Amino acid sequence: MTTGSRYRFDTYIVGAANRLAMAAARAVAEGPGTVYNPLFIYGPSGLGKTHLLAAVGTHARQLAPDLDVEYVSFDDFVEQFHAAVSGGEMEAFRRRWVAVDVLLVDDVQFLTGRRELQSELLRLFNTLQGTGKQIVLTSDRPPQEIADVDERLLSRLAGGLIVDIGAPDYETRLAILRSACTERSVQLPGDVLETLARLELPNVRELHGALNRVMAEQQLEGRAVASREVWGLVGGRGAPPAPAESAEASEYASFLSDIASAVAASVDPWKTRLAEAIAYWRGEGFRTGVLERAMQLSASPDVQGLLDTFAAAVDHLRLLERQAGSADPLLAGHEVFRDPERVADAEALLDRALAGDTPPPAPDPAMVRASFEVAGSNQLAVRAADAVVAEPGARYSPLVIHGPTGTGKTHLLHAIGNALLASGARRVACVNAATFGEELISALQEGTVHRWRARYRAVDALLLDDIHALGGKERTQEEFFHLFNELHGLGRQIVLTSGVAPRELGGLEERLRSRFEGGLVVSIQPPERALREALFARWFRAQEVPADAELLRYLGERPAASSREVLGTARRLRDAAGHVGLALTVGFAMETLEPPRRTSIAVPRPSGGIDAFLLNEEKVVWDWPDLTGRLIEELR
Amino acid sequence: MSIVNYATREITCKIVYYGAGRSGKTTNLQYIYAQVPPERKGNMVSLATQTDRTLFFDFLPLDLGNISGFTTRFQLYTVPGQVYYQTTRKLVLQGADGVVFVADSQARQLAENVESLQDLHLNLAEHGMDARHVPLVIQYNKRDLPPEMLTGVDELQEALNFRGVPDFQADALHGPGVFETLRGISELVLKKLSAHQAAK
Repeated sequence: MTTGSRYRFDTYIVGAANRLAMAAARAVAEGPGTVYNPLFIYGPSGLGKTHLLAAVGTHARQLAPDLDVEYVSFDDFVEQFHAAVSGGEMEAFRRRWVAVDVLLVDDVQFLTGRRELQSELLRLFNTLQGTGKQIVLTSDRPPQEIADVDERLLSRLAGGLIVDIGAPDYETRLAILRSACTERSVQLPGDVLETLARLELPNVRELHGALNRVMAEQQLEGRAVASREVWGLVGGRGAPPAPAESAEASEYASFLSDIASAVAASVDPWKTRLAEAIAYWRGEGFRTGVLERAMQLSASPDVQGLLDTFAAAVDHLRLLERQAGSADPLLAGHEVFRDPERVADAEALLDRALAGDTPPPAPDPAMVRASFEVAGSNQLAVRAADAVVAEPGARYSPLVIHGPTGTGKTHLLHAIGNALLASGARRVACVNAATFGEELISALQEGTVHRWRARYRAVDALLLDDIHALGGKERTQEEFFHLFNELHGLGRQIVLTSGVAPRELGGLEERLRSRFEGGLVVSIQPPERALREALFARWFRAQEVPADAELLRYLGERPAASSREVLGTARRLRDAAGHVGLALTVGFAMETLEPPRRTSIAVPRPSGGIDAFLLNEEKVVWDWPDLTGRLIEELR
Repeated sequence: MSIVNYATREITCKIVYYGAGRSGKTTNLQYIYAQVPPERKGNMVSLATQTDRTLFFDFLPLDLGNISGFTTRFQLYTVPGQVYYQTTRKLVLQGADGVVFVADSQARQLAENVESLQDLHLNLAEHGMDARHVPLVIQYNKRDLPPEMLTGVDELQEALNFRGVPDFQADALHGPGVFETLRGISELVLKKLSAHQAAK
């Protein structure tokens, strides 16, 4: 408690103007939280509000020494509040104030306009009142005259007892002066005190000041001051003695009051309000062009609406700035976030920031359309792909390519992506559905779903591989659903591949399934003979392995479930021929691919630079009949 | 010139006392200055010759305090009346929000009054201000002198106040009429301000 113990009830001079306030304060001090809560004392400056407030604390503590009594001037409270906010210690701040038994707050008129603080006070008052703690407040004006205060807080301020303190009358002033003299053990002539009391000084503080001046004079001069000197000593304050001067002073005063009403008539309240808002937002660092233009209007615009819109725009900008800042710290503080007239620019900047920081996975440049072998089994899919590249987003969107694994779906998908990029698409996302889901999970984990989403929403084409991996993943499906709709709405191309036809996809939501079916669904079949032959031919050509037509025909005849199997066979043949140093012929192929029907396992020959010993056919046993049996025998 | 500044919450109003030499412009300001309560008193600046004639101008800043939330300041100026201070008069008149024309009521000064009024119009015109639109009041000063020395108010009105602006009779030396004149011009200036805003 910062107030001295000289602020007590027994040093407080009671007159007609403060009797009620005194009685209420005493009642509150004697039964905190039980009678008037809150007690609101108001009156002009210098009439003893602070004295009374502090006296409540002193008295309450005298009666119950355990009470936690906190006296705080509103300014200090604001200071502490700001310190708590900047130090991130709001919780400690709240705990501290909530624990108080009697809260005494001085000068609450400075609440005006401090919204955050008001809501904090509202919370504090609710808690304190709810737990039966006493609140006493002082102000230089009644609650309803404190401008710009939250209605709810206002109703709480006014909810207890409101008492005012007026200026003391002559008798009270005299009593105050006498009491002050007694307190300081100074003797002043009775008529001097009476003259001082008659001065009609506006408040007790100035009365004390005048008394001090007289006392000092008496001490310095070492003689008693005469009553006629009093007015001169106090610097002509209070009621002037000469009637002539009084008339003249009132001449100026009446001029002033006339001018005041003329001024009041000529300033526009709405402009005042706008100017205040402009000053405030400028202080916050925002551009106020729109408000400044409104100031130039001849008639009052919808000021409230304008200010609300402005505030909303500012909030929006702050949100955008936060998001952009988390995507790219360099963008925090960008000037576009300071101008409520450039919200659209700010949004665009955010989008760029979100989309630009990590581009979505692009198609593999190695998988191009030129290296994709076309035959009857995949003809339809390839034609659809070509149509998609020719008119992305226009003809077949989504294009769903399904077929068994290894039939070239992924190759075709990447080929479409590369072709789209080549024909001018800026951003093509080509991603496996499983990766897509993984990305979402890590975005959820890092709280960057928004960024992840924006990244995909900014693409010109979305190519999603293996959508059967979406099965059973509800959140991924939901995200994909929204992404799908967004892109589809924007006319962007979507291509999907799947192991099975959409209608056979398990664990897929109906709304997605129907959307997949709504585009073009084509299938790629396992490669037929012609395609197999073509694939072998292309691969051997690419590997510079000589292969004659007979070999190709033989290989083409061999059934294969997928292109991948074809390529595997070709690779095996090349390696086998390379190792033994023989040319790749039909005979060799037959021997390699169709081993004798015996229970033997060919030990894979090591590849690469091997020992010359191992290359000696006569020394090395390559074929071990019934190897499995032998191994088991050995282990036994 | 903007009188009301909403951004800084200030009202600043420049009023120029104009008139022939020795008509009592400085006396007007001195009386006003004497009435201002001490705590509101600024410094009155008076640049006078040794014979107490105004050399350049008098300047009286009048801080009216906070009115309707606006810090209100009046700046009262006088011009030197003598004919040969033409450039100073023109300078002081610059940016004036209102003009008080102080006329000497003595019969023998009538011609000087008329000349000074013409001079005012001329100087206003040179500042690009239309005398018909500038807030103006006329003060007939020295009404305390014996009637035989004075020109009648009707006659003065006819000679000087052909536009019918507000007129005040005054005795600047002793006070009557001084504040009435100041109040008159102030209200005119402020009214003009609101009319101007409404017309925009």
